[in-house]
Amino acid sequence: MSTTTIESKKNLGTVENGILYPSQVMLDLNDLKKVYPTPKGDYVVLEHLNLQIMKEEFVTIIGHSGCGKTTMLSMIAGLNEISGGNISVLGNPVKGPGPDRGVIFQAPSLMPWMTALQNVLLGVNQVFPHATKSQRNDIAKYYLHKVGLDGAFHKKAQELSQGMQQRVGIARAFAIKPKVLLLDEPFGMLDSLTRGELQDILIEIWNKEKITAVMITHDVDEAIFLADRVVMMTSGPRAKIGDILNIDFERPRTRKAVLEHDDYYTYRKHLIDFLEH
Amino acid sequence: MKQSLVLNKVSDLVGTKSIFGKFKIGSFKFDGNKILRKFLIPALSILLFVGLWHTGSKALFQMEADYKIEKALTDQGREAAEAMQACIASGDVSCQPNTLPSPSQVWQSLQSLIADHKVISADKKAFAEKTAGINAKREAEGKAPITYTGRPSFVDQIFTSLKTVFAGFLLALIIAVPIGIVIGLSPVLRSSFNWLIQIFKPVSPVVWLLLVFMIVKTMTKDSNSDSAFIISFISVGLCAMWATLVNTAMGVSSVDKDYINVAKVLKLRPLQKVFKVILPSSLPLIFTGLRITLSVAWMVLIAIELLAQSPGLGSFVWEEFQNGAIDSNSKIIVAMFVIGIIGFLLDRLMLTIQNMVSFNKNDAI
Repeated sequence: MSTTTIESKKNLGTVENGILYPSQVMLDLNDLKKVYPTPKGDYVVLEHLNLQIMKEEFVTIIGHSGCGKTTMLSMIAGLNEISGGNISVLGNPVKGPGPDRGVIFQAPSLMPWMTALQNVLLGVNQVFPHATKSQRNDIAKYYLHKVGLDGAFHKKAQELSQGMQQRVGIARAFAIKPKVLLLDEPFGMLDSLTRGELQDILIEIWNKEKITAVMITHDVDEAIFLADRVVMMTSGPRAKIGDILNIDFERPRTRKAVLEHDDYYTYRKHLIDFLEH
Repeated sequence: MKQSLVLNKVSDLVGTKSIFGKFKIGSFKFDGNKILRKFLIPALSILLFVGLWHTGSKALFQMEADYKIEKALTDQGREAAEAMQACIASGDVSCQPNTLPSPSQVWQSLQSLIADHKVISADKKAFAEKTAGINAKREAEGKAPITYTGRPSFVDQIFTSLKTVFAGFLLALIIAVPIGIVIGLSPVLRSSFNWLIQIFKPVSPVVWLLLVFMIVKTMTKDSNSDSAFIISFISVGLCAMWATLVNTAMGVSSVDKDYINVAKVLKLRPLQKVFKVILPSSLPLIFTGLRITLSVAWMVLIAIELLAQSPGLGSFVWEEFQNGAIDSNSKIIVAMFVIGIIGFLLDRLMLTIQNMVSFNKNDAI
């Protein structure tokens, strides 16, 4: 494979033999390893995992269940210990969780006793301690507005549907202005209609904020629609990056345009071939 | 309610509806099955209970009467036996058989207790009016006012018991909730305190009372405080706090991992984490514990008052038992019902508070 420059984006780096040599690395996973000790000896989940993610890039990660995707994501988030290698954000090694890496969990994980607004404010208050109360309120309300929850500011989280709860989850993650957004199959529990709606909402906010995003998904179409690159992981144990597919669709994208694009089925076939292999 | 029953009957007579069908008049909906389930069957079961009680007490009365007559016959001969029979039949207080009182006797005792309360409160009021002038003078001179020292009525005893149980409950809350939170937060403390909890939890109220007695007796020797009250409320608190302690520790240690992860990602400070995430999410369990604590407190209170000779329902029951007057037994049964009903109301009160504060309405059992 020849060396090519990614033209469709702001010249983020060069690709050589499928490996991207970056110019502005936001997130760097270097020789990452994860081992779980078991009575029968160590179980190696991830080994020799290398991945660079650029600034303002949206990466989706696809792979079989149990291959270690979520483990990798929670290691980036700092919620899971690193057994070997390192992870760095803008050159700073990750040493535990922090609000510079916002997480949208698979379950909405809202505090059910708080209102939608209070849930978002929980993060906003933490990240902008010096802002006035009304400024913080405005930030929280802005993002709730963006996810289409204008009428539900003061509803208790438990009164909201699953889809609406996940909208609050999205607002909460964006409102803390993280450097990296980590999404762990955020739409996995939703029906396909709601899922489509939420993908649109997510990509709309993302187009505006351009926060580097890493998202795990099981859904091939979702992976293509949202991503600049789709990272395919091999099956565990000792999972690592198997293949990376660049998705060169124009942004902002519409679902219709993506589905009608000539390359769409080539990409889709590529991913399905990998998964079925 | 009555109206709906009548309507049911009417519709039955007319033959257009089944007895317990649903029908609607104006904006009121009458659900026959609901009425049946919620009111008719409980009412029937109460009637059945009273009926059984009545027959049972009649039978016991007869057994006791026969025994008395028999005894008179063997000890003193035929004449004495006939006199005894006549005496029992006449309802004379001096020779009534002493056994389980019948429902009607208990009802009469309740009324006499209420009448007694009215007399005593009138007496108290008169006393207060009479002493108002003197007390004002004494207060001006810096002396303690003269207080009513007469016999407390049954209703006074109820309020004394409630006061003791709430003091004990508050003590349990103040001790158990903070310790529960600390233990729940730290697995190390949890495992090191566990044996202590397991050992003290099953200790009988009587033993707690004696322990508290040993300590309080010495500590209140020089003061003129009400040591019987102090002893009984501390014992109640110590007996009842374990359910809250265990439930709080469990609630705090089993907070949903997702919430903890959110707190970690947002880097909440430890205190913020406790007050914004851990405590709210463990409130349902803490309140379940508090509910158990209150009902245990009420249950042990009676026994403790009885032993500590502190005023209240427990000592009322004990005094009546020692008294052995003709209506003592029925007064004890009145106290039994009052204790039961108050216990039930306290539990309802806690349930209402629990429903108000916990986020998940389905958690309340």
